[in-house]
Amino acid sequence: MRARLLALLLCMPGSLLATGEWSGHIAIEGQLFSHEPRFPAQKRNNLSLSASPEYFRNWDNENQGFVFHPFVRYDSSDEERSHVDIRELMYYLNRDDWEFRAGIGKVFWGVTESQHLVDIINQTDLVESLDGEEKLGQPMLNLSIVRDWGTSDIFILPGFRPRTFPGPEGRLRTEPYVDTDLEQYSSDDKDRHIDYALRYSHSIDDWDIGLSYFYGTNRNPRFIAGVGSNAEPVLIPIYDLLHQTGLDLQWVSGDWLWKLETVHQRIQQSSHNALTFGFEYTWVGVNDSAIDLGLISEYLYDSRGKLATTPFQRDIMLGARLVFNDTQSSEILAGVILDQDSSEQFYSVEASTRLTDNWKLNVEARIFSNINPGSSLYSLRDDDFIQLELRYYF
Amino acid sequence: MRKLIPILLLLSPTLLYAQSAEERGLEIAMEADRRDIGWGDQKSDTRMILRNQHGQTSERKMHNRSLEVDNDGDKSMIVFDHPKDVKGTAFLTFTHATRADDQWLYLPALKRIKRISSNNKSGPFMGSEFAYEDLSSQEVEKYTYKYIKDDKLDGRDVYVVERYPTDKNSGYKRQEVYMDKEMYQPHKVVFYDRKNALYKTLLFKDYHQYLDRYWRANKMLMTNHQSGKSTDLVWININFRNGFSDSDFTKNGLKRAR
Repeated sequence: MRARLLALLLCMPGSLLATGEWSGHIAIEGQLFSHEPRFPAQKRNNLSLSASPEYFRNWDNENQGFVFHPFVRYDSSDEERSHVDIRELMYYLNRDDWEFRAGIGKVFWGVTESQHLVDIINQTDLVESLDGEEKLGQPMLNLSIVRDWGTSDIFILPGFRPRTFPGPEGRLRTEPYVDTDLEQYSSDDKDRHIDYALRYSHSIDDWDIGLSYFYGTNRNPRFIAGVGSNAEPVLIPIYDLLHQTGLDLQWVSGDWLWKLETVHQRIQQSSHNALTFGFEYTWVGVNDSAIDLGLISEYLYDSRGKLATTPFQRDIMLGARLVFNDTQSSEILAGVILDQDSSEQFYSVEASTRLTDNWKLNVEARIFSNINPGSSLYSLRDDDFIQLELRYYF
Repeated sequence: MRKLIPILLLLSPTLLYAQSAEERGLEIAMEADRRDIGWGDQKSDTRMILRNQHGQTSERKMHNRSLEVDNDGDKSMIVFDHPKDVKGTAFLTFTHATRADDQWLYLPALKRIKRISSNNKSGPFMGSEFAYEDLSSQEVEKYTYKYIKDDKLDGRDVYVVERYPTDKNSGYKRQEVYMDKEMYQPHKVVFYDRKNALYKTLLFKDYHQYLDRYWRANKMLMTNHQSGKSTDLVWININFRNGFSDSDFTKNGLKRAR
């Protein structure tokens, strides 16, 4: 994949990229772990560099355009985390009531904060972040039809991007590690299966509604035990074909946002449901200050229980968002996910502030607490960490 | 007949002193609104200069487009260009005359559209001294009014009208508006906070007339008397009649805003 991307980059005619506009950021990131690593190949701390430049050009009175957005990371410890991706390489055409896009891109669906059940177009770039918010670019053709009664989207998705996983030297990995060289597919087309998706979305007064259907390769793999190239035990990801029907619903009422995401998934002969339901309450101007406080609570459910491919089957997420509304746009989001079947707790803090016009500081911390043997988070029990990232925007 | 007049005066003072101060205030607001009907759509670039109490400044750049909606508040889209870390971040607002506005925020890094709680009126807009409610479209129904007096401001004849926000989420108890008698546009608004203490002053400078009819101030200077901070909002390249329609003010439109 990496060689293919590089070839593509070299083929881009230089003249095409000379007119138009470049923007983006480069960053240096350090991860400090609270415990010694459990495996000899791992290191205590980690340093990493990344670049995320974006080229943009439009014409035809802004109705046609082209975006090119590569991403590259070099990681001092983990070979798997050092990677290149094309986040976007997209041509688009807008008309009054329809829009066409072709290329590689990213699409987000949904409303909840703790997990994104309905969102399925893009694969998670897991080595980038544990929270699943970072995505790999997805090849797509997309027709979007905008009418008074709502927006209808058709997606054709040629080609599948397997999930990235930390390698044996990476922290925040499973035990044994996931060997991405041994990926398996239940479809004979493997990663060439052509997926498709349909979505209808509409906003009516205080309501936002989305209905979606997806048929294609599941973005979430299951795992079997296997043997790696050095005869070591590994986990092998298997990607099945999935039918997913999704509903996302949001109701805004004064200071309250009520949110629901639910999916019905059918994989081979078995089917199951999953749901996220909750609210975000915003206290605007705490005690007549400029600060806004948001309180978030969500319930996470998966009908498969312990057999679910996600760690959240019967969990409650509690969170608080502080928005300082200062000139530095400072924000803090802190949250915990509590497992209702055990006493497991997963804490997360994200904070950011602008240092100057071009520099921004991002801080992240994750803590795994009371993790039991047999839990899907068990291998992360010694991987509490704090991450500092300094970004330069251009 | 001549004898009847004093009696009528006693019986029905309102018949002759036709208007109360409230009615006069409303009349001025409605006339200002009437004169601004029919502008259709508008686009512009804006620069915002934020100044703290020590005189240090930082800058925001945005571009905006708005669409007039008959019998309701306008639709607007604001896209950020500077600072670079918020480039492409965009707000879509459907202002409503009599109910809460609908507002969405687009986060380009996540490609995510987030709904914003509709009660966020009083919060600062991008760390500036402008609140969201200062920048949203000014509908007659958003206030009740009281005419105070005629006055002069910088040599111009003005009406001084007090207005009281009808929305309980407003950050203001009242506002004093100095409305130009000829242009029916404000030169100055003085804001009082919920405790009725002097809060902010907004000055409108450099008015230009567009399409031979519509007045727009190219500079809006907001000073916060309580914090000592101020924000200058400068409008550049104001253009009317761009042929915008509802389809330019959708969530899809928000995603492709640049």
